[in-house]
Amino acid sequence: MADRSAGLIHRIRDSDIFHSFIHSPTALISSCLLVVILLTSFLCEFVAPHDPFTPASLSLMDAFTPPFWAEDGSMVFLFGTDGQGRDLLSAILYGTRISLIVGFSAILFSVIFGVSLGLTAGYFGGRYETVIMRLADVQLTIPSILMALLVDGVVRGIISRELHDEVAIYVLIFAIGISEWPQFARVARGATLVEKNKDYISAARIIGLPNRLIMFKHILPNILRPILVIGTIGLALAILAESTLSFLGVGVPPTTPSLGTLIRLGNDFLFSGEWWISFFPSFFLVILAFSINLLGDWMRDTLNPKIN
Amino acid sequence: MQSVGVMLCVALLSFSLFNFVGDPINNMVGEETSTEERAELRETLGLNDPIHIQFGRFVVNAAQFNFGKSYQLRRPVSELIAERMPATLELVIASSILALGFGVFLGVYTGINRTGVLSNIILFVSLAGVSLPTFVIGILFIYIFAVILGVLPSFGRGEVVQIGFWSTGLLTASGLKALILPSLTLSLFQMTYIIRLVRAEIMEILQTDYIKFARARGISNRSIYFGHALRNSLIPVVTIAGINIGTLVAFSIITETVFQWPGMGFLFIQAVKFVDIPIMSAYLVFIALVFVAINFIVDILYFLIDPRLRTKSENRDG
Repeated sequence: MADRSAGLIHRIRDSDIFHSFIHSPTALISSCLLVVILLTSFLCEFVAPHDPFTPASLSLMDAFTPPFWAEDGSMVFLFGTDGQGRDLLSAILYGTRISLIVGFSAILFSVIFGVSLGLTAGYFGGRYETVIMRLADVQLTIPSILMALLVDGVVRGIISRELHDEVAIYVLIFAIGISEWPQFARVARGATLVEKNKDYISAARIIGLPNRLIMFKHILPNILRPILVIGTIGLALAILAESTLSFLGVGVPPTTPSLGTLIRLGNDFLFSGEWWISFFPSFFLVILAFSINLLGDWMRDTLNPKIN
Repeated sequence: MQSVGVMLCVALLSFSLFNFVGDPINNMVGEETSTEERAELRETLGLNDPIHIQFGRFVVNAAQFNFGKSYQLRRPVSELIAERMPATLELVIASSILALGFGVFLGVYTGINRTGVLSNIILFVSLAGVSLPTFVIGILFIYIFAVILGVLPSFGRGEVVQIGFWSTGLLTASGLKALILPSLTLSLFQMTYIIRLVRAEIMEILQTDYIKFARARGISNRSIYFGHALRNSLIPVVTIAGINIGTLVAFSIITETVFQWPGMGFLFIQAVKFVDIPIMSAYLVFIALVFVAINFIVDILYFLIDPRLRTKSENRDG
């Protein structure tokens, strides 16, 4: 067992990907940033200096405290507080976790949905393929933010208002996920078309393996690279989409604010001079999206120089 | 032909929104309406007719821009849309002009001076422009220009002048000032795309034989860059710009919310929040109409820009 894991470490250390990762400053910096953001936000119960969502711990006396370097700032609230006296740093950490959860789940949903449609379409071909790819084409012309808004509006019409606040996060995941699937379907189909004519697939067919096994055991592992690349960039898009929807007020409810909700709440105070309430969440959001994008760029260059 | 199909698809979609999301009767009447009255209303509205007859009626109505009344505002949707449309269109057109003008110019510049310091700065800023979400850029602009400097208004359209049904903000100083920040915010994203596209195209075209030949003939640099190189790089630019105008209309939802711009996007967001189905379906049909119209215009522009397409189609037809 120890032998095997040592072998695995060796294999990773000798691989091209590891080499290029170590020698690319952008990849190193962006993944370090991401690891820090991931750790602090998922361990926010332990890391955050305050608990921003227990009303008992809040005091209106603390409201509108500026960041620590300003005249009235204090080291207790590093980034200052919002209108209800919530510590901004803690609220941001909790909010980042929600943004990340929604982003990850949404992109996972559209990867699974899009790849299974694209893979089967490319494999079976025929009328099934035409219908699916035409659908994808039509949906690609609709901007995804509009699509997500529409889905959200329709779901609001179907379920009652009280229920909606409870399931808002799932609705959001579904709305963003469904608006991003066509890209994955297209890439998966394209790669499947290439793989399907290779010898190992013909061999698998000749020995009589069922289609299901050929598709998911043989083709899928070979088309994962490009999907991983656009999935990473899609993750940044999904996080931005979530924050945009929350900013517009149709995303997660303000009781459990995500980064976008925090920015929307802070936006109301911009004119009275409390700039930090919207600045810090925006700053975190941009750093998050930017580092995912940089990592995605690096992956595109290393993993698969062919796709653009 | 294809555009007719697309329009029908969208009509079907917005029709099903109408009929299957919630009960239209429930949305129209108050709580105290009796069951008989509801049934009567159902009959007079024709909701008991077979589904294909209802759909036919919906298409006919939609073609006349009749989408019924808004549930929330109790006014005809067509009136609301007509009132808000000029604001959105002025915003979108202004920002497309900004994006195209600056985008093409900066793209040519960075394509020619590939290693210059200024080019690198432009490219870096444009990369940041892609990573910043639209609403963050908007907030940033408001904070800098409206709160700190106090030179530009941060919300609304300023004074508008009514010309027929069209209310325009382009004729007053305050209207123009109010347009600057929203249109700039909306255009940044598209501008970065165009800069990168034009730059790549120009760099490729400058390597071709006919540019070398033009140089050998001693034609001035300006004429080579803007007469020969730019013209040949325009086809993909027109395609992308066309697709992106549709995106601009959608993204104007965000910009309008940030800047309290009284356009259709603002109306639509309100409709999504209050599940105002007539407005949502009318907006959907409108967006589809914009997309189809843009596709049509782009196709015509191809012919104007590229003489080769003209001769080809003449040969095929004749």
